[in-house]
Amino acid sequence: MEIPKSFLGYKRENGRAGTRNHVIILPVDDISNACAEAVANNIKGTIALPHSYGRLQFGADLELHFRTMIGTGCNPNVAAVIVIGIEPKWTKKIVDGIAKTGKPVEGFHIERTGDIGTTMKASKKAQEFVMWASEKQREECPLSDLWISVKCGESDTTSGLAANPTVGNLMDKLEPLGVHLCFGETSELTGAEKVCATRGATKEASEKFMNTWNNYNDFILKEATDDLSESQPTAGNIAGGLTTIEEKAFGNFQKIGNCKFIDVLEPAEEPSKGKGLYFMDTSSAAAECVTLQAAAGFNIHLFPTGQGNIVGNPIEPVVKLTANPLTVKGMGEHIDCDVSKILTREMNMSQAGDELIKTTLRVANGRLTCAEALGHKEFVMTKLYRSA
Amino acid sequence: MATDIIIHDKKDNVGVVVIEKITPKQDCSCWIMEDDSTVNIQSLDEIPLGHKIAMTDLNEGDTILKYGHDIGKVVKSTKKGEHVHVHNVKTKKW
Repeated sequence: MEIPKSFLGYKRENGRAGTRNHVIILPVDDISNACAEAVANNIKGTIALPHSYGRLQFGADLELHFRTMIGTGCNPNVAAVIVIGIEPKWTKKIVDGIAKTGKPVEGFHIERTGDIGTTMKASKKAQEFVMWASEKQREECPLSDLWISVKCGESDTTSGLAANPTVGNLMDKLEPLGVHLCFGETSELTGAEKVCATRGATKEASEKFMNTWNNYNDFILKEATDDLSESQPTAGNIAGGLTTIEEKAFGNFQKIGNCKFIDVLEPAEEPSKGKGLYFMDTSSAAAECVTLQAAAGFNIHLFPTGQGNIVGNPIEPVVKLTANPLTVKGMGEHIDCDVSKILTREMNMSQAGDELIKTTLRVANGRLTCAEALGHKEFVMTKLYRSA
Repeated sequence: MATDIIIHDKKDNVGVVVIEKITPKQDCSCWIMEDDSTVNIQSLDEIPLGHKIAMTDLNEGDTILKYGHDIGKVVKSTKKGEHVHVHNVKTKKW
């Protein structure tokens, strides 16, 4: 298949391109959710991103909170941002971080004004932003403007046999065309970590990966009260035939095809070494991982599933694929790309990779994903430890 | 003959059922992806889609190979053709 050289995206002020054109209402903290949701309810076409944290965090955990907030606002799928926090200082920090992209952003704080007054002021600005954004047109953008993140979920053995290698085939075909790619799931590489480390493009990248994995594994061993067999693999994984974390890890690892990763990113860290594949240190919980990848600037997500994970994200479209015929049959409304014919050998891996490229480009051009049509907007902050 | 079981790598001692289920004493056709070859096996258990079958006799302590890699250890001896899962295989991690 000849791969198209471009897609239709929204060009942003900083040179990036978006596959979506969202105006978001971003609460800085948990107690500002109600106000953010009130604004989104008032002004049609905006979306609020409620979450559970943002108070009394400190150290690396607080840095991650800011990085995730600012990164979410900076994502090219976002046209403009309203930031609402309880107090002015942290609100301003997030506004200033997003403003560096050149996109419209304005902050509001609730103290001394209350929810109702803040909702009124923020709604007026949100209306202005959404009407401005509604005139933005899709334009031809080079394929290299795609930043593709991947994560699998509710995996079973069909994931490792077919759906994940389909993503790997797509990576092998798109990496030479200059796209940014990202995989994560530190804990779910356990058992395959040494093999994964050999896929670093440089000695430095390989060492950085092993350090990251060792840190995560030490943390798990410290906190674990049993052998984790209730959590990894999950009950869904086991029902689907996966027996051990090692088996899950080697299946997971199929997603990067033959690509080598050029750098290891902190959670929600924006890549800085140009085009190519990156590994990001993330949890393996679907919504947490996708939220971090979106905050790092990735503008379209590929999500292979076995038993049928249904996750979505408010700003980064999540494209689902599966090779499990029972999942296609039972919950087809969640599946954007069916590659189950690989198992019956009516489709080979290259054909499946081509199908996924076609689906990815249709979604990049504006076709809604199943998760978008079904209203999945899971926005889940990663929290590293207890608050002060 | 349609493919009932897929095996990733020639070295693997387990295969994955890719039809809705296989039944005891079923003669199954197994496709090895690595070199596009085919082998046959007779099952001893009912095994559902996505679950694994032992391609050789497995003794306690043996290593299970899938994708050509170590994915865990045998904790209960298992005959060629039997179901391989959490009842007879455990992780070597955690």
